[in-house]
Amino acid sequence: MIAWLANPRTGGLLVLAAIIAVLPLALPNNFYFDVAVRAGLNAIVCVGLNLLIGYAGQISLGHAGFLGLGAYASAVLTAHYGWNPYAAMGVGAIAVGVLAFAVGRPILRLRGHYLAMATLGLGIIISIAANTEDDYTGGPDGMTVPPLTVFGTELYGERIWYWIVGALVVVSVWLALNLVASPVGRALRSVHGSEVAAEVSGVDTARYKVLVFVISAVFASVAGSLGAHYGGFITPVDVGFIKSIELVTMVVLGGMASTYGAVVGAAILTALPQVLTWLQDYEHLAFGLILMLVMIFMPRGLIPSLGSAFRHLFIDRPETQST
Amino acid sequence: MTALAVEALSKEFGGVHAVADLSFAVTPGTIHSIIGPNGAGKTTLFNLITGLYRPTAGRIVLDGENVAGLAPYKLAAKGLSRTFQNLQIFFNMTALENVLVGMHLRLDRRLAPAVLRLAGARRREAQARDEAAELLRFVGLGDYVTADSASMPYGALKRLEIARALALRPRLLLLDEPAAGLNINETAEIDELIRKIGETGVTVVLVEHDMRLVMGISDHILVLDNGRKLGEGNAEQVRADPKVIAAYLGAAALGRNDAAKGG
Ligand SMILES: Nc1ncnc2c1ncn2[C@@H]1O[C@H](COP(=O)(O)OP(=O)(O)OP(=O)(O)O)[C@@H](O)[C@H]1O
Ligand SMILES: [Mg+2]
Repeated sequence: MIAWLANPRTGGLLVLAAIIAVLPLALPNNFYFDVAVRAGLNAIVCVGLNLLIGYAGQISLGHAGFLGLGAYASAVLTAHYGWNPYAAMGVGAIAVGVLAFAVGRPILRLRGHYLAMATLGLGIIISIAANTEDDYTGGPDGMTVPPLTVFGTELYGERIWYWIVGALVVVSVWLALNLVASPVGRALRSVHGSEVAAEVSGVDTARYKVLVFVISAVFASVAGSLGAHYGGFITPVDVGFIKSIELVTMVVLGGMASTYGAVVGAAILTALPQVLTWLQDYEHLAFGLILMLVMIFMPRGLIPSLGSAFRHLFIDRPETQST
Repeated sequence: MTALAVEALSKEFGGVHAVADLSFAVTPGTIHSIIGPNGAGKTTLFNLITGLYRPTAGRIVLDGENVAGLAPYKLAAKGLSRTFQNLQIFFNMTALENVLVGMHLRLDRRLAPAVLRLAGARRREAQARDEAAELLRFVGLGDYVTADSASMPYGALKRLEIARALALRPRLLLLDEPAAGLNINETAEIDELIRKIGETGVTVVLVEHDMRLVMGISDHILVLDNGRKLGEGNAEQVRADPKVIAAYLGAAALGRNDAAKGG
């Protein structure tokens, strides 16, 4: 039991689950539950995106596009064609996976940041499509999305969604932690560490880059579908370029190559604007300032920096490293 | 029977003939050294053999098959493994994880059992970790099993590269200057380690500037200069070769004066 707790994977998961379980006691009303649900949905996207950015070292500037495809697949297929929402979510996720594969395969054979450019373009194309295909998407005005149902009951309300999204965050983190600690996960990380050494060790680097790109896109798609059903309404702004940048910022702030960091980054950047509203006109200024300070003083991001500070304080202190 | 044959191999970089019309063969189970002055083309040759560079001309024969231009990860699957002159450590991982990446091709790489952490995957992972720790002890890094690679000293990183290369269970191991930057004691330990590796039956191709190490350990020595073969043979033959003496470092540098390194 002690070993189970001390292990960063199982112990951290337990702490995360505990926080999610007791957080409602501190949430005064539905507005805060709504913020928590949105933070959770962002966290799911960021856990996937961190596999790509933090672990494999590849940058995507278009993940809101994948999120958007999932969201609109769910919205259009359920609202216009009367599909079962889970079937719509599944088809959306598969379509996004296939698209990510088709885009990633030729590009990820090349070294360098071509993926950033390609995903930037792809994200923009998707948000333009959401704007212009107004027969299906309602255009810039957006469209309403039918609710998700469980055993015939429609899911409405922040509180019920809080528990669903909370559970899914824990599951996503568990899946990501398992992946990272496996041969597949190490192959991804080796690509980041040294592509040459990875290849020579037998890692087909192009294949693994495509794989993690597809996985991260599918995470985004599923979160997009869930968010669409939860909010009941989506607009192209929800899935545009700014959203892509926000997602990358969450990953970087929380800490690259830290799955818990991705969750923390998502939670902070979702909640912060709400907390700062009393600053009114200065809200964006304060927001930018906080980001800058964190990145200056904790360039590796919150969780890795705090983690090593903690270790330094309580564990390594007596024998300071000679380096 | 040869472990590796290079036939009329050339590599040109915009007019520079880094490797020029080079042919040689490596006998299985031997330690085969390649020496030559800076810029002779030794590392380029390794990059060609391991598929990082595509040859301008020529053949690289492994098991009777021309493998020139094959991707590095496919060559790894054929039992080819190497270390790097300028360290290529996965600094985002622990020492143990670096070795585990070296075991990549021998591990279960399916996604589902890993992501769901099924019992079989957990058991295989534990076995792999034991084996990787054993390899770290084999190269003398028993103290670094849980260390972050980024916090390890240079000498230990050189050994970590060797452990990672061995993790592939190679038939042919290419070592690019494993003793570079090491002091005399560390060099002696590397010497011993290479012998130990040779005794396990792995064919070793060694590039090294430390002549005392090379002359003592090699079954066969190939001398390169300007991408071309200057001479080859056993240590005695190479030492006595007037062309090698004249063009290369001079008799003293070829190990006649072993005290040079200590001073
Ligand atoms: N990628 C490259 N692009 C252009 N020129 C290169 C490249 N790699 C090597 N060269 C050139 O090829 C020649 C051989 O270099 P190489 O690194 O193979 O020598 P080396 O024998 O390993 O030398 P050292 O003992 O210093 O490691 C040099 O002239 C070098 O400048
Ligand atoms: Mg070299």
